Amino acid sequence: MTSGVTVRAGGRARLLGNWAFLLGAFIVGGCAVIAVVVTWIMPHDPFLIDLNRRLIPPSWMEGGTPLNFLGTDQLGRDYFSRLLYGTRISMLIGVLTVITSGLIGITVGVLGGFYGGKIDDAVMFAITTRLSIPAVLVALAVAALRGTSLTLVILVLGLLLWDRFAVVARSTTMQLRNLDYVAAAWCAGVSPWWVLSREVLPNIATHLAVVATLEMALAILLEAALSFLGLGVPAPLPSWGLMISEAKEYMFFTPWMIIVPGAALFVLVMGVNLLGDALRDMMGTDLSR
Amino acid sequence: MLRFFLRRFVVAVLVALTVLTFAFLLTRLSGDLAISIAGPNASQADIDTIRQVYGLNRPLWVQFFDWLGRAVQGDFGESYFFRDRVSKLIGERIPITMSLGLTGLAIALVVGLPLGILAAVREGSWVDRAVSLVALIGQAMPSFWLGLILMIVFGLKLGWLPISGTGSWEHYVMPGVVLAFSAIPSLTRLTRSGMIEVLASDYIRTARAKGLTRFSILVKHGFRNAAIPVVSITAVQLGFMLGGSVVIETVFALHGVGFLAWESISKNDFPVVQAVVLVLALLYIGLTLLADLLNAVLDPRLRT
Repeated sequence: MTSGVTVRAGGRARLLGNWAFLLGAFIVGGCAVIAVVVTWIMPHDPFLIDLNRRLIPPSWMEGGTPLNFLGTDQLGRDYFSRLLYGTRISMLIGVLTVITSGLIGITVGVLGGFYGGKIDDAVMFAITTRLSIPAVLVALAVAALRGTSLTLVILVLGLLLWDRFAVVARSTTMQLRNLDYVAAAWCAGVSPWWVLSREVLPNIATHLAVVATLEMALAILLEAALSFLGLGVPAPLPSWGLMISEAKEYMFFTPWMIIVPGAALFVLVMGVNLLGDALRDMMGTDLSR
Repeated sequence: MLRFFLRRFVVAVLVALTVLTFAFLLTRLSGDLAISIAGPNASQADIDTIRQVYGLNRPLWVQFFDWLGRAVQGDFGESYFFRDRVSKLIGERIPITMSLGLTGLAIALVVGLPLGILAAVREGSWVDRAVSLVALIGQAMPSFWLGLILMIVFGLKLGWLPISGTGSWEHYVMPGVVLAFSAIPSLTRLTRSGMIEVLASDYIRTARAKGLTRFSILVKHGFRNAAIPVVSITAVQLGFMLGGSVVIETVFALHGVGFLAWESISKNDFPVVQAVVLVLALLYIGLTLLADLLNAVLDPRLRT
């Protein structure tokens, strides 16, 4: 196993010439922009019900109208507007979950890796315990008990998905702990806080960024799965998972209603993963192992 | 060796006890369990009766130790909805979830290992890039969505496979494929990186110099050494797959433990939920323990 704590020289230049990075950045950046400005660019109100105009197919299919680019759903709501609005929900879930789980995981992992000994034993125990708890099931149970809401989904996922942050933060901190420049900082008589914030954290940041992309992808997929099972983001919010769930009843008659939100989910998650892969290549290490 | 096993075993038991406590506390999250069980239309008298019957009026710690005492003996109480022993309900469904998990794992291994080896042998070529594309697609595919698409294509349009249910082996094909998709990316990547490392080593060069066949070099000398990390990840993956079976079993109405869990969650049947969380966690703990032991047997350097 290589130590791989340093960023390979010329990494940034390679990043910009990397098609995977560019494509990933384009997808994620595009979704981020849509998520922010969606209320101004959506052609219709995604919550407006019109029972006279139900299940209209996309505009290029037979029976479609140019008025509704991707048709309408089972309640006559504009599918394209709902799809666009869903971007906001997925991005919100992805970003906020990563912030929550990152704060927990990085704190726990850095402490374990930095201090070692009993503290590290406790950290390892916490990670092992967390990994053995079936995340989807627990998230479902909590949602059923406390009632569904966007905040709850973010909170539950954030409290569940910190394990990989902790694992990576712990092992990278451990490698750093014994390096000369950290020893030098100690010799200069600085506080542990200084060593952690000035010497350790900046040097493990790239590794943590890779983990952040992995967790963001996972959070987006999990939210969709929870909403699909009816215990994630509550209706009428147009979460992509919920859209697929609502379309399930009509799946054999209007398969496009299933295909469209699923494809959006696939593209966004793919974009996030491409970013992560490019970052990992830049470091020249393989964290997936 | 024995000390390593013992230490690992003690940690596993401690983790199991922590998860046990967690599973108990999880169902108390709602505040008042009796109100949740009674449902929205219940009167105060109904709620009081339920509290009495299920012993929910006792102090929390009494309830906990009562439940713990029974749970370690394999008694998870009675289901509120099915009016049956929880252990029996789970016991009936475990074989279905296990079959699904093993089918998924088998497909993932059959696809993932050769792809990983192929990518490693042709490192940097278009084959390698194609394999990483496959891994990337597998990683981004929402499992429930893939399940629905397969149902539309192979169930409805082509009519090759049954859409839902548990009757025959054919019912496991589509769910198995969907489940395999979640494990293929990591298995492929791990095999690839392991093989690349091994193929660059001196003993492979020696094997080549001895004039051994390509197959013998790749499989006997190469893969056997690259397989060590793959073995442990395989056991862990099976654990994750069993945990992820909730979504897939619900999509395909496959009546395994995951489906039972989903049903019980939507019916506020908490003894079942508690028990399923616990059983899945214990399976995972057992599998990781097994993986660690296998690793120690395969690679003596890890016995510390």
